Amino acid sequence: MKVTVDEAMCCGAGQCVLLAPDVFDQRDEDGVVVLLDAAPPEPLHAVVREAASVCPAAAISLGEGA
Amino acid sequence: MSGRRDLAGRGGVTAPAGVLVVGASAAGLATVEALRRGGYPGAVTVLGAEPHLPYDRPPLSKQVLSGAWQPDRALLRPRDVLAALDAEFVLGDPAVGMDAPARSVRTASGRTLRADTIVVATGTSPRTLPGQAGLAGVHVLRTLDDALALRAGLLRCARLVVVGDGVLGAEVAATARTMGLDVTLAGPQRAPMASQLGRPVAHRLAELHTERGVRLRMGTGVRGLTGARGTVTGVSLDTGEVLPADLVVVAIGGDPVTGWLHDSGLPVDNGLVCDSRCRAADGIYAVGDVARWHHDQLGTLLRLENRTNATEQAVAVAADILGGDRPYTPVPYFWTDQFGTRIQVYGVLPADAEVTVVDGDPETGRFVARYRRDGEVTGVLGWNMPKQARMRRQEVADALAASDSASAAH
Ligand SMILES: Cc1cc2nc3c(=O)[nH]c(=O)nc-3n(C[C@H](O)[C@H](O)[C@H](O)COP(=O)(O)OP(=O)(O)OC[C@H]3O[C@@H](n4cnc5c(N)ncnc54)[C@H](O)[C@@H]3O)c2cc1C
Ligand code: SF4
Repeated sequence: MKVTVDEAMCCGAGQCVLLAPDVFDQRDEDGVVVLLDAAPPEPLHAVVREAASVCPAAAISLGEGA
Repeated sequence: MSGRRDLAGRGGVTAPAGVLVVGASAAGLATVEALRRGGYPGAVTVLGAEPHLPYDRPPLSKQVLSGAWQPDRALLRPRDVLAALDAEFVLGDPAVGMDAPARSVRTASGRTLRADTIVVATGTSPRTLPGQAGLAGVHVLRTLDDALALRAGLLRCARLVVVGDGVLGAEVAATARTMGLDVTLAGPQRAPMASQLGRPVAHRLAELHTERGVRLRMGTGVRGLTGARGTVTGVSLDTGEVLPADLVVVAIGGDPVTGWLHDSGLPVDNGLVCDSRCRAADGIYAVGDVARWHHDQLGTLLRLENRTNATEQAVAVAADILGGDRPYTPVPYFWTDQFGTRIQVYGVLPADAEVTVVDGDPETGRFVARYRRDGEVTGVLGWNMPKQARMRRQEVADALAASDSASAAH
């Protein structure tokens, strides 16, 4: 799984961090998403999929591969 | 799109679908995604009134209205991601009636769609003022088409009056002012969003608007619209005063879209009324802005009109369809962006709450405030401090859980 985030779309809600704190964080100054792990391990895939779906700004995209 | 996306066959009866979602927006789409993530193998149909693929609404009053984003950017998912859901999207064909015991839905074009499970996700529609329909230059803002029409008006006009001092009215006023229009915001509260933010923060928001040149006409009701030759000329207030305008936005709230359920026998009262599992009847659920469900921790029926509720409730509904059977007890959350300031609210901020700044400093334009009533945390507000506010969400969650166990003990 390959995770990408679009910082310009992120609205800083932090839903992704609440779900997957090992994969996402937020910048201290403006709350914009920080991608900690662009290729999270298999056990995290389900929760990262959920994060991509519930992100209220559609800022998280998932691709196949490494 | 997938082979299932078959828009032909109008007037026919479609083969039975496992799950039928009525409403193709944030809540409806998230329900389908959560079902597939949870391994749901059955057929899924999504029926939508609008011709557009699912798109997002928060940008409509912000980036789409200002022109910073092309409309396509508001699409919730690219086509290939939608296609991978293996769901049939039937778009541009509103539901007009439901036979609840038979679990079937009739559409405007004459289709009948049957399913084992129906999820109602039809959102809300804007309220209007008397006389609004016949007047050019008066807008509401709910759909992408509304946003594009309003944007065209903003580019053409000079003097805007926004009727309504809730979150939508305040956002439209901010965006239009940033675009250079002369903007007046009128509403009955003492300050914009006073009922959602509490007095002190709403006062701050009022200052922000005033500093940026928005004229506030607070504390007065709106009587109606004035017009000449079919075009709006102003907004008349309860005080008798008329605010001149060549463009008016009416943002006085929305009503849940339940008219199409009128002969369904389902409980409709300010939304489709549901139990704690978001179930209105056997096999029939509601999700998103249209759903009024029982929040077990708050001990009351609740209907939330915000973006994260749409998706969180969708996750809960999908889990229940898949056999989960757990109550939906979210921490309410919304955010708003006005003049580059981001305000975020977790929980609720009652007017009589005790407000304490717990991080940052209002003087520097960044702070987090905690709202307490009778010693209990009810909510947290962030002003330009998204991460720090989110980190205190747990305090609200804990207080909700504690009130739940307290009421359970009685
Ligand atoms: C301009 C604007 C700005 C916003 N900004 C924010 C914000 O900053 N933060 C925030 O938290 N929330 C915001 N919101 C609220 C948020 O967008 C909503 O809570 C969210 O869209 C609710 O999703 P939903 O799917 O329940 O309803 P909706 O998004 O309203 O979707 C309902 C869908 O059902 C369709 N439909 C209606 N009737 C029928 C029918 N009879 N048959 C079939 N389909 C039907 C509609 O066409 C629509 O596509 C904003 C809303 C608007 C309008
Ligand atoms: S959930 Fe989406 S909008 Fe919120 S912080 Fe994460 S990426 Fe940004």
